[in-house]
Amino acid sequence: MASKQSPFRAAHSAGRAIILRGMTFTIALSLCAAALPVRAQIVSATEVADLSGSWISPATNDVLERDEGPFTDDFVGMPLNAAGRALAASYSAGMLAEPQRVCQLYDQWHYSNSVFNIRIWPQTGGPTGAIQAWKLQPTEDNGGMTIWMDGRSPPSKYANHLRGAFTTGHWKGDMLIATTTGMKRAPARDNGAFHSDESTMTSTFIPHDDMLTIVYVLHDPVYMTQPYMYSRAYVKSVTRPIGTKYPPCTVNYEGTPQGDVPYFPPGKNPLMHQMMQYFHVPEYASAGGADTMYPAFRNRLKAQYLKTYSSFPKKCTQYCTNFRFAQPVGNLPQPVESPAAKSGRRKAK
Amino acid sequence: MMRNFVLNSTVQVTLVLLVSLGAQTVAHAQGRRGPGGPAPTAEAAAPVDFTGYWESVVQDEDWEYRMVTPRPGDYAGVPLKPAGMQIMNAWNPAKDTAAGEQCKSYGAPAIMRVPEHLHITWQDGQTLKMETDAGQQTRLLHFVPSVGAAQGPRTWQGYSVAQWQFQGRTGRFGTGAPTWGNLKVSTSDLKAGYLRKNGIPYSENAGLVEYFDLVQVPPESNGHWWMVVTSVVTDPVYLSSPFVTDDNFMKLSSAAGWQPSACSAMW
Repeated sequence: MASKQSPFRAAHSAGRAIILRGMTFTIALSLCAAALPVRAQIVSATEVADLSGSWISPATNDVLERDEGPFTDDFVGMPLNAAGRALAASYSAGMLAEPQRVCQLYDQWHYSNSVFNIRIWPQTGGPTGAIQAWKLQPTEDNGGMTIWMDGRSPPSKYANHLRGAFTTGHWKGDMLIATTTGMKRAPARDNGAFHSDESTMTSTFIPHDDMLTIVYVLHDPVYMTQPYMYSRAYVKSVTRPIGTKYPPCTVNYEGTPQGDVPYFPPGKNPLMHQMMQYFHVPEYASAGGADTMYPAFRNRLKAQYLKTYSSFPKKCTQYCTNFRFAQPVGNLPQPVESPAAKSGRRKAK
Repeated sequence: MMRNFVLNSTVQVTLVLLVSLGAQTVAHAQGRRGPGGPAPTAEAAAPVDFTGYWESVVQDEDWEYRMVTPRPGDYAGVPLKPAGMQIMNAWNPAKDTAAGEQCKSYGAPAIMRVPEHLHITWQDGQTLKMETDAGQQTRLLHFVPSVGAAQGPRTWQGYSVAQWQFQGRTGRFGTGAPTWGNLKVSTSDLKAGYLRKNGIPYSENAGLVEYFDLVQVPPESNGHWWMVVTSVVTDPVYLSSPFVTDDNFMKLSSAAGWQPSACSAMW
């Protein structure tokens, strides 16, 4: 029979055997591939959430701090130590007129404590177009944040600290956890409560449906006794990309003579009573400290605060709302009834 | 014939792959369920563990409106409609107390903002129970909503439906076992109450959506566990836009600090 087999048929049989072996190998390989939980394949495919987009910060949370800025003596809830508190009490905003301090507000921590919208996008590169970094740009001021995802090493601890600092990130589930080092000394709150240049900052980006929650934690071994933590919710903009209002801070001359350092000597700051004036918060609370962060602190406040509450004005006159006609507009007193509305009411009576 | 063979082999390979992947998908979709076993409970499927004692940490975030009773008429941060302002301006804590409504500022849209301790446990495999020491409130988060339960009487805590949002799923199509997750809770059937102690109202038509997340501080270094609650309150009656807030809790190792206190209309 074999002799009758045509050369074509013999070649066909040999080819079939090769194909069969190839198919068997392919099937075996496929089965292995399908059965194994190949974690190496998933890192870039499924453990990464897409954070890109324009994120709007609603002016509904922590509005005193983020909208108009905090009062000069508002350190409530800050885990300041004695050195941090003393430094904060000596702060004069006139310091910002010094050329070397004009831009001191705008470090990486700053965009967490104002009502900044944020634009986020991936920076890609290399032959595969892999994500090398996530870029963040808040509505205004600082140069944004670059979160390096390519495993690069941080600069030496002896390197010059820059406003942009240095940030690396990694994923945990859909959360992007970014760690910032090499920070400059800057206000942790705009009223002069500083963090030191030994601070590190952790930002955790947590996507939820059409929202993004960012948890910011500042660790400062110099001026704080515990981590200082904010969490902020952002809503995805579906209408238009957000832009930046202002260029990055630039150093210029604002009239302060060279060598002058505006400050208040200990106990001489005349602005250390605003929290009592506007919110009836006693100085031992407005001075901050870790104990002011916890519910038990209310026990200390209760008797004195309730005793004076009956003497509070029955109508709020200052810093009562940041909304007018459904739009956030800054701190305003309650709207005053218009004459027409008043006359209309009289007629109704 | 050779073409048929190749075709058949290709189909077989494809089928094997599909069956294999399908099995993987089904297995992972079932969570920890074995083949043919009962559906896993929400407790068994939990990608993260919220149980334990937690303490509010108020680090500036609206401290003036949470740690003390806000000033009369102060509604900074709340997109209040004129109808809501009328209610707020008529706030009378003594009247609320006399009417037995001193828990108005402890309803679900406000309770996570009250400085407090939380005790979170599983009431059963499908219901997470959240108790507060301040105001002694109990929230029940139902992973399997009861039919008709939401039509019951309105309460301060309303009716909450919970679901896990799984993250970091393994498998090449993201259908595998999750490595992380968070909790989403939607609450309705609320009794009208206050967003803040000074009478800023929400109506019984208000809705609440919350996201509960766990983060470690400092991260990945055996730091403290923190729970971050992102809340979105909507109310067509008194709010012109959603009231969005975030609140932080630190995990405690024991019940130390747990101080049950009754609702107070004034403090």
